[in-house]
Amino acid sequence: MFYRLLSVVRRRRTSPGWQNWPSARSNASSAAAPSAALPAQAQVVICGGGIMGTSVAYHLSKMGWTDIVLVEQGRLAAGSTRFCAGILSTARHLTIEQKMADYSNKLYQQLEQETGIQTGYIKTGSIYLAQTQDRLISLKRINSRLNVMGIPSEIISPKKVAELHPLLNVHDLVGAMHVPEDAVVSSADVALALASAASQNGVQIYDRTTVLHVMVKQGQVTGVETDKGQIECQYFVNCAGQWAYELGLSNEEPVSIPLHACEHFYLLTRPLETPLQSDTPTIVDADGRVYIRNWQGGILSGGFEKNPKPIFTEGKNQLEIQNLQEDWDHFEPLLSSLLRRMPELETLEIMKLVNCPETFTPDMRCIMGESPVVQGYFVLAGMNSAGLSFGGGAGKFLAEWMVYGYPSENIWELDLKRFGALQSSRTFLRHRVMEVMPLMYDLKVPRWDFQTGRQLRTSPLYDRLDAQGARWMEKHGFERPKYFVPPDKDLLALEQSKTFYKPDWFDIVESEVKCCKEAVCVIDMSSFTKFEITSTGDQALEILQYLFSNDLDVPVGHIVHTGMLNQGGGYENDCSIARLNKRRYPVGSRNLMLKHMPKDTDLLLEDVTWKYTALNLIGPRAVDVLSELSYAPMTPDHFPSLFCKEMSVGYANGIRVMSMTHTGEPGFMLYIPIEYALHVYNEVMSVGQKYGIRNAGYYALRSLRIEKFFAFWGQDLNTLTTPLECGRESRVKLDKGMDFIGREALLQQKQNGVYKRLTMFILDDHDTDLDLWPWWGEPIYRNGLYVGKTTSSAYSYTLERHVCLGFVHNFSEDTGEEQVVMADFINRGEYEIDIAGHRFQAKAKLYPVASLFTHKRRKDDVELSDLHGK
Amino acid sequence: MPGPTQLFFPLIRNCELSRIYGTACYCHHKHLCCSSPYIPQSRLRYTPHPAYATFCRPKENWWQYTQGRRYASTPQKFYLTPPQVNSILKANEYSFKVPEFDGKNVSSILGFDSNQLPANAPIEDRRSAATCLQTRGMLLGVFDGHAGCACSQAVSERLFYYIAVSLLPHETLLEIENAVESGRALLPILQWHKHPNDYFSKEASKLYFNSLRTYWQELIDLNTGESSDIDVKEALINAFKRLDNDISLEAQVGDPNSFLNYLVLRVAFSGATACVAHVDGVDLHVANTGDSRAMLGVQEEDGSWSAVTLSNDHNAQNERELERLKLEHPKNEAKSVVKQDRLLGLLMPFRAFGDVKFKWSIDLQKRVIESGPDQLNDNEYTKFIPPNYHTPPYLTAEPEVTYHRLRPQDKFLVLATDGLWETMHRQDVVRIVGEYLTGMHHQQPIAVGGYKVTLGQMHGLLTERRAKMSSVFEDQNAATHLIRHAVGNNEFGAVDHERLSKMLSLPEELARMYRDDITIIVVQFNSHVVGAYQNQE
Repeated sequence: MFYRLLSVVRRRRTSPGWQNWPSARSNASSAAAPSAALPAQAQVVICGGGIMGTSVAYHLSKMGWTDIVLVEQGRLAAGSTRFCAGILSTARHLTIEQKMADYSNKLYQQLEQETGIQTGYIKTGSIYLAQTQDRLISLKRINSRLNVMGIPSEIISPKKVAELHPLLNVHDLVGAMHVPEDAVVSSADVALALASAASQNGVQIYDRTTVLHVMVKQGQVTGVETDKGQIECQYFVNCAGQWAYELGLSNEEPVSIPLHACEHFYLLTRPLETPLQSDTPTIVDADGRVYIRNWQGGILSGGFEKNPKPIFTEGKNQLEIQNLQEDWDHFEPLLSSLLRRMPELETLEIMKLVNCPETFTPDMRCIMGESPVVQGYFVLAGMNSAGLSFGGGAGKFLAEWMVYGYPSENIWELDLKRFGALQSSRTFLRHRVMEVMPLMYDLKVPRWDFQTGRQLRTSPLYDRLDAQGARWMEKHGFERPKYFVPPDKDLLALEQSKTFYKPDWFDIVESEVKCCKEAVCVIDMSSFTKFEITSTGDQALEILQYLFSNDLDVPVGHIVHTGMLNQGGGYENDCSIARLNKRRYPVGSRNLMLKHMPKDTDLLLEDVTWKYTALNLIGPRAVDVLSELSYAPMTPDHFPSLFCKEMSVGYANGIRVMSMTHTGEPGFMLYIPIEYALHVYNEVMSVGQKYGIRNAGYYALRSLRIEKFFAFWGQDLNTLTTPLECGRESRVKLDKGMDFIGREALLQQKQNGVYKRLTMFILDDHDTDLDLWPWWGEPIYRNGLYVGKTTSSAYSYTLERHVCLGFVHNFSEDTGEEQVVMADFINRGEYEIDIAGHRFQAKAKLYPVASLFTHKRRKDDVELSDLHGK
Repeated sequence: MPGPTQLFFPLIRNCELSRIYGTACYCHHKHLCCSSPYIPQSRLRYTPHPAYATFCRPKENWWQYTQGRRYASTPQKFYLTPPQVNSILKANEYSFKVPEFDGKNVSSILGFDSNQLPANAPIEDRRSAATCLQTRGMLLGVFDGHAGCACSQAVSERLFYYIAVSLLPHETLLEIENAVESGRALLPILQWHKHPNDYFSKEASKLYFNSLRTYWQELIDLNTGESSDIDVKEALINAFKRLDNDISLEAQVGDPNSFLNYLVLRVAFSGATACVAHVDGVDLHVANTGDSRAMLGVQEEDGSWSAVTLSNDHNAQNERELERLKLEHPKNEAKSVVKQDRLLGLLMPFRAFGDVKFKWSIDLQKRVIESGPDQLNDNEYTKFIPPNYHTPPYLTAEPEVTYHRLRPQDKFLVLATDGLWETMHRQDVVRIVGEYLTGMHHQQPIAVGGYKVTLGQMHGLLTERRAKMSSVFEDQNAATHLIRHAVGNNEFGAVDHERLSKMLSLPEELARMYRDDITIIVVQFNSHVVGAYQNQE
């Protein structure tokens, strides 16, 4: 920490403050002395003078928005930004994060030249060590993705590691990844440089000015109340770092920005006897939980311990994070790890142990975007201790979002809207970040579920299913069963079950899938969001016709698969709509944001998720179970596919039965008023016994839907995917006789052709038992050239192959520009999927394998075991 | 056999050998009944009195004593391993943390640790802890039974209800009474915090409830209409007296159910002391009857610990108690009322629940015993009338109530039966608990500031500190930690595993000679909350 203080002080000696630097002085009229009164109005007010706030200001001003006021409660770049360890690393787990880091790297590199302010940028490269094979696999996966982005990186041997870094003990390593372009930089100086450039472009910066709250009128930002007065504005950007949560809550209409700070420690030493070169690579030893970089001839080393210390839960506010306690006892495991990695440092003299709080989010992804409740309220915070790496890119994307309405890259994984009410609890955040911070350096394996903040929302059947061996995962706080462990089977403990290979539940899910195909399974799908829209007149139909792309003017009882699109034609959500009567539509959807809903009193939109328990009866015998329970004929003649009826099941009346299963298999969804849930479940299970019924979980569902090429919103589809790009032309009625959101864009796309296409890949030479499993995010190669990445994958028990879904692009070989993707382009190509550096051949399909839909058991295949209950 | 001698001598050194050898004592319990001469007198509540010799089973004679002595040496052959020692020490430990809601802990109590180590078989000590649900505050108490555990058991399950009812405002009492009357669900009054081994009597529950109900009905009737603030001190005193009165009445009235009838008589004829703390915000009341003790741990500004006693022992060491007894009885009894530091030469505590032998008139005692069940009639002890028994009652359950306003430097409260206090000085108790509770914090945090420290040196230092820490954290419970010291401390005040192992491997018959039942509750206060209260004013 002192080193930052020192450098700031040094600079202050020559000039009393940032306002008076040459670059800023030229703009003295707008960014005058701190005593100057705030302007009465501005287009944008940015709160936070750390790297995020300054980066947003910098990019906005570059894009031509200059009527901007940036306010900072303390001094510029004085919070986490000042204490930041200054490591810029591009090796990230998400592609969008890699893109942000890559952009930041390029931005910082030329910043000194642009602004004349020294940023201490030095290209050191970084080395990620692997002590275990699993870690090496994880690094190889990242390496594959870095390479397709054009960021140089390679997997190297321990011997090579020793050559690159003089002090490392490499005897316990199995390999490493070297990213030569990574850099170190002084983050505070970067922030100051960005501020000065922004200020040159006309951005007004006021320090020692605290935002009290944001003024909102009719869901729209109107201004900002600070301790120095009010500023009217159209846009507000919350870049308040660890105080962003508090600031969000301070509004009359609170904006939930789920993040929480943890104490973070790093060590500074005096120079070595032969001082370390300033370009000595940065070391990340994730298995040892430490990072080590060179610092003024000595080292700077910190880490992410297993037992983090959350801080500021009650929102204790203070201007600058001054001298938090150093806690050597807490640092001891990291110090041991450091000395194990670099034994020669024993004799190195300590300078300081720095305690600088870092902010973490519930899912370890940063938070950006516009608040769903307040228009014009933007957020950029929760950097999970990668603020420096993301700063440039994240600021750019947010600025684009504000100026153009959407960012140039697909950032939906980082969108604030991914969070709901659950994540706004302080208790939840405190508990969750204690899990998230160690996760920074934990091995990230497929299908990992958070363990904290669980069992919040549960179906009425939770206990019943749990007693039958259900293992649970969580979505939006809702517990859903993954699979059911039979009583005679033991699974591995959580920690041991981490694997990149075939998981231990493989056989369990196989039998569940088999049961879905041959008999009947019941899956509790209560966690799906459900809406109901009613109106007195025809408004319901009208508004839905406008919101959704498919034609909803269907006879009563019919179900329509559709989705809400945005202006760009991208999916805002994906749902099924049933017309219950002329004026009622329950909407089965997984994420609905009806911000377009008019304030019409006659139109009632209700979230009925909590009112209904949803049971999915999948399988050929579902018909028999249901007709036996209802004494009503359920055959396709009476109950065609994609149909909805209200009927009685057992003693319970008013059960909505829909002939769809979200998997392409025959069967029914039952929407049961919760008070009947247990009764209906019990009836279904007891009647179903003779049809071989059993419980199944989402893993079975997932395997079934992916092999049928059913894309899911949030995994495969997002706001930048149009129906045309995923083969859903039939679900869009461009000529339904009225306009709908996104129609223009789709019409245009239809004319011009699509630039990417969702494709299904069937892995050919992949050994399920021995090879690494695909997950998602694996690069796809066509004729040896990179064309896109997978979005989801599953093992198809029917095809006995792995199936991946992913988007295929057509990059021009000369310019790299995206070109139109035709069906022909997809079909005529040899494909490979890169799993952690190993390429597997794959067959590309634009439509699902037809044989899957006509599954018939041959007579001579029947065996005695088929008579057993499943 | 050097081992046993070392062990024995410190314990018996202040006992006159002649007294030990020459007398036998009565013990309500058959298990423990005078199987050995090495009973340090000070450790038993009933003095060895010549008159009791006859009560002892005829088999017990001097020859047996020597047998006993030999027997005492046998356990030396087995040493308990540290895990075995721990499992004995931790068998009864219990911890309760006042739940923290979203970082906003409004209770001045952080939580408490409690534990007990039996010497009698079965143990005669009891403990209770509960949160008052209809009023604010928490109740914690230790109860030291004598002549059996019946009385301490009854007091441990009943007293807090009496206290809670005494604290209830008139309206709440009315509401509860109305609910009983109309068969509606009752308001819960107490939230108990119990170790699984702490049991409540199912059989007597109805009887106890009826007595309690009569009590609140009287409180309702007595209400003058003016809603005055309820005085905690008065409530505590009333509750103690009322419960003792009910115990006495129930024994006089009897019960048609023969099991219950015997139970209420056993409760009344055995005795128990009680030391109860009521904590509500910064208001701490300690009500004490007998010789258990409440000790406040205060951390001075320099970090050192000092002990503040919040209760007075009611025994012969207390001048004021001696004075009181003399005043309550005619002058001619001045010499007989306390003899050999005991009430009527028999009972060590001067105040107690039950013990109707020291409360009822001779007539009443005889009448109850005669009409009582045979078991009672056969019991020599109950039939025995104390000597010089002229002007009963000699004993009261009325507590002495001390009030203390908590300050931020008051870190914890130790409630313990005399089993602890006779082995350890209060100053040591407070220091050991204080150092345990602050544990990590007590080790000064390391700061490099200005010194030349290498990474290697720091690493060594930290590893050392962690090793030290883990030994402190062998106990997760402050009460367990205290018992470990009370039983295992050597002359240097450090826990000696060998000694601990010996003390804990004593057979049931002998354990009582070396130590009494020990019951401890350590209540930890939240200095922040206490400080906030202070700032409010």
